[in-house]
Amino acid sequence: MRLTFMATIALSVTGGICLIAQAFALSRIIRQVFLDHAALEEVSGLLLIVGLLVTLRALLGWGAHRTASEVAIRVKADLRKRLLVHLAALGPTYLLGERTGELVTTATTGIDALDPFFRDYLPALFNALLIPLAILLVVFPLDALTFIILLITAPLIPAFMMLIGMAAGALARQQYARLSHLSAHFLDVTQGLATLKLFNRSRYQITTIAHISDDFRSATMRVLRVAFVSAFALEMLATLSVAIVAVEIGLRLLHGGIPFEQALFLLVIAPEFYQPLRTLGAKFHAGTEASAAAERLFAVLAMPLPPRPARAVPIPDRLHLRFDNVTYRYPDSARPAVDQLSFEIHPGEHVALVGESGSGKSTTAALLLRFLAPDSGQITVSGVDLAQAIADQWRTRIAWVSQSPHLFQTTIADNIRLGRPAAPLEDVMEAARLAEAHEFIQALPQGYDTPCGERGLRLSGGQAQRIAIARAFLTDAPLLVLDEMTAFLDPQTEAAVQSGLRRLLQGRTALVITHRLHTIMQMDRIIVLHAGRVVEEGTHSQLMNQAGRYRALVEVFDPVTHAG
Amino acid sequence: MPAKTLRRLLGLLRPFWRGMALAAVLSVLTIAASVGLMATSAWMISKAGLRPSIAELGVSVVAVRFFGIARGGFRYLERLVAHDTTFRLLADLRVQFYRAIEPLAPARLSRYTSGDLLARVVDDVDALQNIYLRAVAPPLVAVLTGGLLTLLFSAFDGLVALTALLCLGTAALATTLLAWNLGRRTGQILTQQRAQLNAELVDSLQGMADWIAFGQTDRRLEALNQQIDSIAAHERRFARLDGLQAALAILFANGVMLAVLIVAIPRVEGIFLATLALATLAAYEAILPLAQAATYLSASLESASRLFDLADQTPAVTDPLSPAAFPARFDLVIHDLTFGYSADAPHLFRDLNLTLPHGQFAAILGESGVGKSTLAHVLVRFYDYAAGHIEIGGTELRLLREEDARRIFSVMSQRTHLFHTTIRENIRIARPDAPDEAVEAAARAAQIHEFIAGLPDGYETYVGEDGARVSGGERQRIALARALLRDTPILILDEATAHLDPATERAVFDTIAHTCQGRTVLIFTHQVRLLDAVDAVYMLANGVLHPLKREKPDSEAAS
Repeated sequence: MRLTFMATIALSVTGGICLIAQAFALSRIIRQVFLDHAALEEVSGLLLIVGLLVTLRALLGWGAHRTASEVAIRVKADLRKRLLVHLAALGPTYLLGERTGELVTTATTGIDALDPFFRDYLPALFNALLIPLAILLVVFPLDALTFIILLITAPLIPAFMMLIGMAAGALARQQYARLSHLSAHFLDVTQGLATLKLFNRSRYQITTIAHISDDFRSATMRVLRVAFVSAFALEMLATLSVAIVAVEIGLRLLHGGIPFEQALFLLVIAPEFYQPLRTLGAKFHAGTEASAAAERLFAVLAMPLPPRPARAVPIPDRLHLRFDNVTYRYPDSARPAVDQLSFEIHPGEHVALVGESGSGKSTTAALLLRFLAPDSGQITVSGVDLAQAIADQWRTRIAWVSQSPHLFQTTIADNIRLGRPAAPLEDVMEAARLAEAHEFIQALPQGYDTPCGERGLRLSGGQAQRIAIARAFLTDAPLLVLDEMTAFLDPQTEAAVQSGLRRLLQGRTALVITHRLHTIMQMDRIIVLHAGRVVEEGTHSQLMNQAGRYRALVEVFDPVTHAG
Repeated sequence: MPAKTLRRLLGLLRPFWRGMALAAVLSVLTIAASVGLMATSAWMISKAGLRPSIAELGVSVVAVRFFGIARGGFRYLERLVAHDTTFRLLADLRVQFYRAIEPLAPARLSRYTSGDLLARVVDDVDALQNIYLRAVAPPLVAVLTGGLLTLLFSAFDGLVALTALLCLGTAALATTLLAWNLGRRTGQILTQQRAQLNAELVDSLQGMADWIAFGQTDRRLEALNQQIDSIAAHERRFARLDGLQAALAILFANGVMLAVLIVAIPRVEGIFLATLALATLAAYEAILPLAQAATYLSASLESASRLFDLADQTPAVTDPLSPAAFPARFDLVIHDLTFGYSADAPHLFRDLNLTLPHGQFAAILGESGVGKSTLAHVLVRFYDYAAGHIEIGGTELRLLREEDARRIFSVMSQRTHLFHTTIRENIRIARPDAPDEAVEAAARAAQIHEFIAGLPDGYETYVGEDGARVSGGERQRIALARALLRDTPILILDEATAHLDPATERAVFDTIAHTCQGRTVLIFTHQVRLLDAVDAVYMLANGVLHPLKREKPDSEAAS
């Protein structure tokens, strides 16, 4: 990448040298025709050289452009990939705190904002240093006075630019920030249109939008009048410098102080001397915009990753799970979500995890799935520390049925295939049948090929959960982690989901988070969590007799089911 | 089709033609000053080469200085005028666009509900503000500058002038055509690819827990990497074209100069050669922006046609020609209501019936997606109903003015938007003239007053973009406070307490039951909790309402 960037600089500087040569040839042609009265044929050789130089410059310009773009393209692709790998390593729990939309913006338009920096600003910066330097080197032996004028005025331009950057530029940026604020307001109103309408407030907004926009315009124009003055000064400086050079050499030419050809060359080259500096000025804010975008990106990349095992240990086949004094605290939370949590699940056992919201049930499941790593304590599988295993390998042993499974923007069949992408359709259908999902899928016009997700079919909660159960059947993993829905399902759907779940439990070890008495009563053992600790443990009847937290939970949570 | 869009788009620009014309003229004057500067300098040097008396150079020295200063001055004025015009145009575009979509919301905008899509539409409006500066002005400036240069050169020699005109014209045309044909296509593909990556990223990030849990991390990342590489490949194609334009600019600018020189050498006095060469180079500045103009124009046309498509839809609901008077009673009777989102969509309701005397407290249960929110939207006239009757105190809902219908129902909807302003103003949207005490009373009833009072800025706290700074439960309770503040005869709560813990939920229910005495309250929910508090329970399934037992719901049917 560094090589490609250096190629950009080399190509641009060579282009600059060609430009100087072209100016020389052009001055010679004009001198020969004008003063020596040469005919067209006599200067045809020089004209050809100019033509060749122009062609060469065009090619070099093309090359410089291509290489500069290449650097930008590669940097962007690279950063995107790094961001995604990093996010995957941070895991889904990190995403809960971040807004998905914001992260997507960072990965797409945020990274795109770096484009002008690498493609335009950096090359312009080097050009602004090197090309004027090359011209100065050529001018110095030709004419000392012009050399001095160029040398004195050149630093004034970057100096002016920095002044603009600090003073008027800051004002202009503030105004541009207000402009994006205004766009945000307009978007806000548009997105809230239905809400405004509900309250009969939508028509009133027409005048508001007009007012705000107009106020903004007059305020901005006041600022811009000042901001543009500095740009005006900059432009003036460059143009006047050319004029000074022109007048200065013109007057000396008059007294024979300088030969005509050299004078003309200086006149041709003078604007080219200032051009790279002016280009840099124009690209200046590309630099500042990119740094704002980069800040957000690097903040995510700087998030520390959970430690990876140095040497991966294989996981035993026998699933004897143990939580040993496991503690986990979320980074922005005061108290641990699970606190010195200890319990075990024997092979083939079905365990229910109950407790009010915030008691640590979901965190326990996330720790088991290795979405999170314990702050202290150990989770073991038949004596092997889970932290020493490769996470993805461990997860192939788990069938996870979440409360709100995500349906990807692909067909229903591919959604069921999530854990086994190569599974044949017969297997998919068999899994769907076992999950009691086959019937409703078949009833869809496109059957298993029906697209899901944002732009596809919206499944109801009960249907989505059955797809998740079908996923679990298809992967056929020995450990089931189930987070049961709390939603109301109509009786038929409820019955279908329940019979699918019953079938899924058979022959598997299971950890089930649930609020439904119906499900709880089918479990071998119930663990009651409170504030991240196990407070009660036993079968339904044992716990009901204790008249403790479990009994209170059953009574408050689900009076209807309880009554049944 | 593009021609029609273009005509319509230019129609939008018409009120601003004075400002635009002035900016274009100033732009031409700026380039003319550059040309003047280089032409007079070259002439002065050439003249000085003949060693005349200093007096003969006097005029040209003054001219060089004049053009040097004039260029900066014209540029300054041009930028002021162009920006002012652009801001005026943007304000006008926004108002016009809003006016066009206001009657369409939300029924005709349902495709855009995901926010991101709507943001893209709003970006389209913003994109149109550049159409003058970047797409309309450049060709205008190029033509005017070319004409002026030809006029200037014809003072020296007709053939030279013709050469300059033809060469500049060819360069302009070639640049534009190249940009139009290639750039448009690659640009479109790139836009599509970016949108696709965007969609994939949203999908992948939202579903991250699922693919990670199923051990698909590497596979998913590999698929995303492929997408990223494919975007990079398209960007490369685009960059190739961009580079070609940069190369052609060098080639054409100097090529035109060379052609002018070759024609001029045998025909024009030698003293003018430098003038002609440098003036041509300076004038090429007018051709350069054409490379981007075509790209901008095609992008603007695309934005415009998307916006026109959106704005041209007919509203789902319009006010009746002779509206009925505002009803005096508010018993709600729905009789044989049949409704589907469109003629060919399956019916969500089929002969749905409901009788709700004024003052009742009722609940409608139903699985998510079964049509509970739709029913609320039909009642507030977001959608029209084709078959069946909805009567309020004996008056057919369809015969009421839209805004009158919304004075009867107050809905706390699932997708309430929070505006980027203070909590107080967000609640007050329901009743702009409500005193602070009323706002706070509503917040108390929604069990959110204590939370708000505990914030450092209290009711003056900004909620962030679409309520980014409040949690799901807080958002719901703010929305609930809004609905409660609005004192309408019928209150509909659509999944009002879904994010609340049981204790808060219970408290909310109790206050609603208490404060809404004398109002009809209709609760839509998919959870079977707290139904002991309501007068009647219905289950919505298969397009009809089934009455469930009152007092204690039938456990057989509900569990």
